Amino acid sequence: MTSYPHAPGFITGDRPQIVTSRFQYDDSFFLERYLATGGYQGLKKALGRTPSDVHDEVKNATVLGRGGAGFPAGTKWGLTPQGKWPRYLVVNGDESEPGTYKDRLLMERDPHQLIEGCLIACYAAGLSQCFLYIRGEMAVAQERVATALNEAYAAGYVGKNIMGSRFSVDIVLHWGAGAYVVGEETALIESLEGNRGMPRLKPPYFPAAIGLYGQPTIVNNVETLANLPWLLVNGAEAYTAIGTKTSPGTRMVAVSGHVKRPGVYEIINGTTTFRDLLYGDDFCQGIRNDNQLKAFVPGGGSAPWFTPEQLDLPFEASQVGPAGSMLGSGAVMVMDHTTDIPRAALTLTRFYAHESCGKCTPCREGGTWLERILSRIVDGKGTDADLDQLLEVGESICPGAFPHASSTELGLSAVPFPYRMNTICFVGPSAYAPVHSALTLFRSEFEARVTKRTRIPVSGSVS
Amino acid sequence: MARLTEENVRVAREIIARYPRSRSATIPLLHLAQQQDGYVSNDAMVHIGELVGATSAEVFGTASFYEMFKFEPVGKYLVNICGTMSCALLGADELIHHAEHALDVKLGGTTDDGLITLERAECQAACTEAPCLQVNYRYRFRVTNESFDQLVDDLRAGRLDGEIPPHGTVARVRQRAAADRVVGAVAPEDVSDGPSWFDGKAAL
Repeated sequence: MTSYPHAPGFITGDRPQIVTSRFQYDDSFFLERYLATGGYQGLKKALGRTPSDVHDEVKNATVLGRGGAGFPAGTKWGLTPQGKWPRYLVVNGDESEPGTYKDRLLMERDPHQLIEGCLIACYAAGLSQCFLYIRGEMAVAQERVATALNEAYAAGYVGKNIMGSRFSVDIVLHWGAGAYVVGEETALIESLEGNRGMPRLKPPYFPAAIGLYGQPTIVNNVETLANLPWLLVNGAEAYTAIGTKTSPGTRMVAVSGHVKRPGVYEIINGTTTFRDLLYGDDFCQGIRNDNQLKAFVPGGGSAPWFTPEQLDLPFEASQVGPAGSMLGSGAVMVMDHTTDIPRAALTLTRFYAHESCGKCTPCREGGTWLERILSRIVDGKGTDADLDQLLEVGESICPGAFPHASSTELGLSAVPFPYRMNTICFVGPSAYAPVHSALTLFRSEFEARVTKRTRIPVSGSVS
Repeated sequence: MARLTEENVRVAREIIARYPRSRSATIPLLHLAQQQDGYVSNDAMVHIGELVGATSAEVFGTASFYEMFKFEPVGKYLVNICGTMSCALLGADELIHHAEHALDVKLGGTTDDGLITLERAECQAACTEAPCLQVNYRYRFRVTNESFDQLVDDLRAGRLDGEIPPHGTVARVRQRAAADRVVGAVAPEDVSDGPSWFDGKAAL
């Protein structure tokens, strides 16, 4: 139960540490410290085995993607078409989902671990070049990764004949310039090609088929890759011994908002519950001022909200999904009973409206409409007709995705996830998710805010 | 303003050489131009187009998509206060209100002395340290009205010059490797086979 002054936000405890074990050192980001703490030993083990052998190890460990969708990395690597070369690795370090920050810490505090993970992935899947895309606003992360790469190149861990072997691969540090949607993997690729970061039409659903420069491309999240060095040193059996069968290992979760001890925690996957996280002594230690919990966002700003009823759900996709939300990027945002719910929903919806790339009309127009309507409700200028209007606009972004708020008997648990949607990517539905959750769960707060409007009856004809 | 300087053209060519296709260097080069002039000028975009093989309109098309690129001069310090969920839950709106008064500017505006431009930013990935802000992309955590005033004082007195470079410079460290260590980028059409080490045998 310690936090380190040089890793602000991160709090450790009596738990296994797979990706954060070096955060305790103030010089954790230098090669010297990395090598002194078992660094590059996973890569060395990997290079002593065949690529397919290493690939199997990762598959057997079921390393779930930590970016949001939770797709197993080993399976993803296997989706590249046979005989099509070259293949690339693109590392998604464009972390910008509201509430989320773990990739930034992993890049700032342990860049060599990420580099080692990239190399293992390239080796296992036959990828000829790696592009490490870091969010533009993360100046320190960019500096730390650049320094680490320069050290690693000079010491023979990246580039030609890595560790004296036949394995050679370049890692190119690339950085963005401020656009949330670039976190979507096909938008990330567009951005890396020097274009506006707009998601590509699907199918193909995976850039593993057609990605960077039209070539097979694996896009992996920073945290996913950071797991690989430990996995290669300790083996799939040790990895799956932590957590559950379907959600093995650990994952980093950022808990923010109205809790006593907000922080980024490395938790055991699959078994840790939201109650542990929000109230546990080892974690957030309860709601601030011992207030009542009103609602929480379980998996980043895009995720439908939960109420205290769902506190006992574990970090397990197969349980959180049917309950109507998602684990997403590992970000829990907590609202206590003092929270102004319409305003909170507006904050999130404004984010997605602002970040819409404009490619799909339902998102570009719908998101803006949701924000405008919510704004006038929050400002006390809304009418009761606005509440239905919100739902109608939302329906045009993701039709039939949520039960209509007026049919409360369906309850939030009936919300299927992922949604049906009229957009290419999740930015549009994400603008609606907070509105829908807030309206479904706390409709009375909206009703108290709006004036009743006398409806003018619409007749069928002019005369 | 200006095209890229000779020294920056050298840096630009180094960056371009890392990619299988030159146009991938567009965003890094736009950052380079912004580092040189504090914003991205039309001349710089024309020059970048020449370097990566794109029209200046294509370069502007890319540049205008991204929030960090400014097309006219801004203050020496860009102060971005986060206004998204976790920060909003812990007083970001009040902090923004205070900042507008303290600096006597509206969001998006620059102080009369040209030192500080104030903006509201979206989630900056420091949600447990709310409310947070960035000055030229360097963090300040759990900001109060008092600590904000102190920050402004420090910026005005030049006390943070060592820690916070002027607007335009993001990372102060560049990727560099000795030529004999680098594999080198190859255009995808010039590759027909898998990497030589990917032959079913162990590499070590």
